[in-house]
Amino acid sequence: MNEFSELDEMYREVILDHYHSPRNNKSLDNPTKEIESNNPFCGDEIKLQVKIQDGIVTEIGLSGRGCAISQASASLMGEALLKNNINDSLKLYKDFRELLTGNLPEDQMDDLGDLIALEGVKKFPIRVKCALLSWSAFNDLIEV
Amino acid sequence: MNNNLDPMNIKNDFPIFKRTINGYPLIYLDNAATTQKPQSVIDSLSSYYRNSNANVFRGVHTLSIEATDLYDLARQKVQKFINAKNFQEIIYTRNTSESINLVAYSWALKNLTKGDKMFISPFEHHSNLVPWQQICRKVGAQLLYIPLDDSGAIDCDKFSSLIDQNTKLISVTHMSNVLGEISPIKDLTELAHRFGALIMIDGAQSVPHMPIDVQEMNCDFLAFSSHKMLGPTGIGVLYAKKEILEIMDPFLFGGDMISEVTYEDAKWNDLPYKFEAGTPNIADAIATGTAIDYLQNIGMEKVFDHEINLVSYALEKFSSLENIDILGSQDPSLKGGVISFNHKFIHPHDLGTALDRFGIAIRTGHHCAMPLIRSFGLVAASRASFYIYNDNEDIDKLIDSISDIEDYFINE
Ligand SMILES: Cc1ncc(COP(=O)(O)O)c(C=O)c1O
Repeated sequence: MNEFSELDEMYREVILDHYHSPRNNKSLDNPTKEIESNNPFCGDEIKLQVKIQDGIVTEIGLSGRGCAISQASASLMGEALLKNNINDSLKLYKDFRELLTGNLPEDQMDDLGDLIALEGVKKFPIRVKCALLSWSAFNDLIEV
Repeated sequence: MNNNLDPMNIKNDFPIFKRTINGYPLIYLDNAATTQKPQSVIDSLSSYYRNSNANVFRGVHTLSIEATDLYDLARQKVQKFINAKNFQEIIYTRNTSESINLVAYSWALKNLTKGDKMFISPFEHHSNLVPWQQICRKVGAQLLYIPLDDSGAIDCDKFSSLIDQNTKLISVTHMSNVLGEISPIKDLTELAHRFGALIMIDGAQSVPHMPIDVQEMNCDFLAFSSHKMLGPTGIGVLYAKKEILEIMDPFLFGGDMISEVTYEDAKWNDLPYKFEAGTPNIADAIATGTAIDYLQNIGMEKVFDHEINLVSYALEKFSSLENIDILGSQDPSLKGGVISFNHKFIHPHDLGTALDRFGIAIRTGHHCAMPLIRSFGLVAASRASFYIYNDNEDIDKLIDSISDIEDYFINE
């Protein structure tokens, strides 16, 4: 059906998969840093914990509740952050945000990896906040 | 004469139903947020600006006199609509929220003091909660909650053992915008008056949907918004008993609300103008009168009966969806035209986005009642709310679409 094919652009298979089986869905005992963030408009909630060693994220704990987009985006983010350098991840956040709110040049899209699955959210501007919730939490976690 | 109203005919009076949403005819089920507008209301706005536009109360020229007459006539329509005794008891505001703030600042700030109590219900809209938090904090009064029984309805018996001589005000919604439940206004009013307290009714969800008679209700204040009853945005009403308004100070100061001004002081204008500083919202007031004409032409009894029928039908239909929980009472005799629900596996925002692909507009989120939504262990919920142009077919489409969306999200 047509209305579902439009929805498919936002709810790609990868996204529904991450929504139904979120990765790194656990609580860490001794996180280096942790943050809870929510989106009062939707009621989406996210809790992010990280262990960091020498500027590398070595372990991630994620939990939360909310819509498919917010929860899948958090799960995808977790995979992107893990074993990566924080500064690279901050750069990834900026590119990802640009993808959803601006115009990320084609040649930079490759660097986004699986995150590109969320590109369809751009067509539903009211939902962009949902996709960025976990990422802005990560940004706040690092900046403070 | 047919005793039921005819939604199909009514739909034809509303130009917005000629448009499509994502290729589908619009099914509008977000009436508790705001209603659509009939052609007559839209015409009333443009006719005023095309033919009669002038400022009111200050000219001797034809247009100003005409605008003033239309403006006053609209107020008479509001007065009759809620059966207020006096023209002076109808104050125009911007919306329900402003009406409540007017009472909070002009009455409560002056009449509540340290140690006093006021009560509201646990299911108030933020509009009838946040102003009281602020006022009570300022004056050192206690903001308390009317107790509920096991079914979640207001428990007047329990309440009667809590209310006392220190209680100065009760402010309660007539109909919950989340649960649709109707409050026992008569009992609450009697209780309030027995203890010398005043009672304010948030009528945002009741005045548009049922017959209202403020003299019979005997409430001291009633607030409502035009935009939720076919009228334009930007205008609302505060009804208050004349003897209370007379001893209240103005809320806003400036032009039109004075009778005499010297360099040192000013005297307040007569009611209702004392509470309406500055050039009023003339066009929207007049169009509110037109909206009232439209509703009265149908008859508010019929409006209410129609919505009860829709709610009964919807509750029955919803019961065929096993993953849906209804919030609050499922007894249609206790409810107005509002149903909030939660899907066990699909978040309200995913459901709302998906329904929109079928042209179906519902509300999703916290419905400006965060503490209430949290009390159900939720962060958000979905809500379908009905009005005169909705019919059983709209509900069938809602239910069928929810089933299709379930298949999409769950059985992938
Ligand atoms: C019960 C209730 N009270 C107050 C309000 C606030 O109305 P307004 O936004 O027009 O001030 C609403 C609107 O949603 C409502 O449903």
